[in-house]
Amino acid sequence: MSKILLHGTEAICEGAIRNGCRAFFGYPITPQNEVPEYMSVNMPKVGGAFVQAESEVAAINMVYGAGGAGVRAMTSSSSPGVSLKQEGISYIACARIPCVIVNIMRAGPGLGGILPAQGDYFQATKGGGHGDYHLLVLAPCSVQEACDLTYLAFDLSDKYRVPAMILADGMIGQLMEPVELPPMRPLSAIPKKDWATDGGYGAERRVLNSLIIKPEELEPHVNELQRTYELIAAQEKRCEEYMTEDAEIVLTAYGTVARICKSAAKQLRKEGIKAGVIRPITLYPFPSEAYAKAAEHAKAFLSVELSLGQMVEDVRLAVNGRRPVAFYGRTGGNVPEEGEIVQAAKSALAKARLPE
Amino acid sequence: MAKVFTKTKMLTDVPMHYCPGCTHGIVHRLVAESIEELGLQEKAIGIAPVGCAVFAYDYFNCDMQEAAHGRAPAVATGIKRCLPDRLVFVYQGDGDLASIGMAETVHAAARGERITIIFINNSIYGMTGGQMAPTTLIGQKATTCQNGRDPVVNGYPVRVCELLATLDAPYYIERVSTQDVKHVLAAKKAIKKALRFQAEGRGYSFVEVLVSCPTNWHMKPVDALRFMAEETSRTFPLGVYRDKSEEKGE
Repeated sequence: MSKILLHGTEAICEGAIRNGCRAFFGYPITPQNEVPEYMSVNMPKVGGAFVQAESEVAAINMVYGAGGAGVRAMTSSSSPGVSLKQEGISYIACARIPCVIVNIMRAGPGLGGILPAQGDYFQATKGGGHGDYHLLVLAPCSVQEACDLTYLAFDLSDKYRVPAMILADGMIGQLMEPVELPPMRPLSAIPKKDWATDGGYGAERRVLNSLIIKPEELEPHVNELQRTYELIAAQEKRCEEYMTEDAEIVLTAYGTVARICKSAAKQLRKEGIKAGVIRPITLYPFPSEAYAKAAEHAKAFLSVELSLGQMVEDVRLAVNGRRPVAFYGRTGGNVPEEGEIVQAAKSALAKARLPE
Repeated sequence: MAKVFTKTKMLTDVPMHYCPGCTHGIVHRLVAESIEELGLQEKAIGIAPVGCAVFAYDYFNCDMQEAAHGRAPAVATGIKRCLPDRLVFVYQGDGDLASIGMAETVHAAARGERITIIFINNSIYGMTGGQMAPTTLIGQKATTCQNGRDPVVNGYPVRVCELLATLDAPYYIERVSTQDVKHVLAAKKAIKKALRFQAEGRGYSFVEVLVSCPTNWHMKPVDALRFMAEETSRTFPLGVYRDKSEEKGE
């Protein structure tokens, strides 16, 4: 199949539409405006619903309604807008409504800036809203992956009845790359949802709800959610390991930063330092095993992020004290260059070699 | 023995939790009977609010979604846009609809979503214990305005029917009351009409229903009904605020 040149946001939309997304609700915010713009044109073409909502709050609640009615539904936003969605996401997680939420991250906190960042890692992977819940979080590093992971997100979200998030940095949103699009999947090939509140009388009526006021009922419900997350952790961890087999320094990053880390690793190898890269593709569940495996031979790890240190906490948990885990991050919309990462890696390795 | 009355199938057998003298239960019945009489049970999807009617999902005998506080019109929009042939009805109180959910209320109306909203106005936050609502009358006491609502401090009550009637899209807007039998019967007609208009694909329909709250008004049920007739309906005049069908009222 031939490749076409696509924008990252268009690839996300195509991944969604081609896997049965038939409802999109959005609100303008830079740098993801191309998503609602593309959907406003293309969703009606496949008989889907598009609404420009009055706010991010309304958009996520439209997703609640549409997803609850059994339709594959999506919303997209960028950091401040995703913060506004958190209440709705918590309700969606509790009511077990499948859906996909796209966050094209920009620099924060507050209104921050509009340039690429990865400061929403905690919010995305640790729950984000109130209560005990998680999202299934996928982090694309290319336009191809933006399409493929969005496609996958709908299947995983339906399978586990857990909301899924595409966590991409602003660069993915603005990048153009060649993409091979998956074929359009017919709606008849998507499994039916017997729990959906899609109308109907005579059969047992269905209720979607996040109010479970009796403690003897709420605890088992939350425990059931937890068991689902454990099942997801057992079955759905994904990551890319790049030249890690013999690596003495393991760089780790997600999204487009991982691509810069790969260049840095190649440069380090040219200079005689065995470097590799672990790139988590699922941020939740976090692919801890890859780090534990690399800790067998690596002398040090270096987490590189467009934040001041968020994923590094999960890396440290995964490495579990066996090796030092250093951190290098830029923020405010700045992106590290290869040379900065090479320097940080050398420095991390030098520190690790120092006698105790 | 001849059966002279039977409960509508559109209500479950779950005992309602509403306080004695509250007229929420009456409105539930009016909505449920209307849906059954219109033969729309097989198409109905309801949205419950946050507030006194939060458990409405236990009472209406159809598919139900429970929405976050104020967001029911957005949830309804999501459903109706995907399933346009279903009957999507929303049941909300005044704190939910006219305070925290005002943006969703106004924009669903402005878009002319083909949904029906039943708006329960009892001029108080009932479920949380009697705080001031956006609809609390001037001088009316609440736990967060204990000397009575003072317009200098608390502003004035929001008249939602009048506000929505400034928009072009809504097809039908009416305010009714549950203060006595005559008004309850009129309320039924308005609710049924609103639901029928949706089923006919005509547009957005909105019925505000004045409801009593003896518990938080600190009144006997009968006095609360009298208060509605004499006070509440003065601030919130009953009547049709929009009817694009121009059907004759009865």
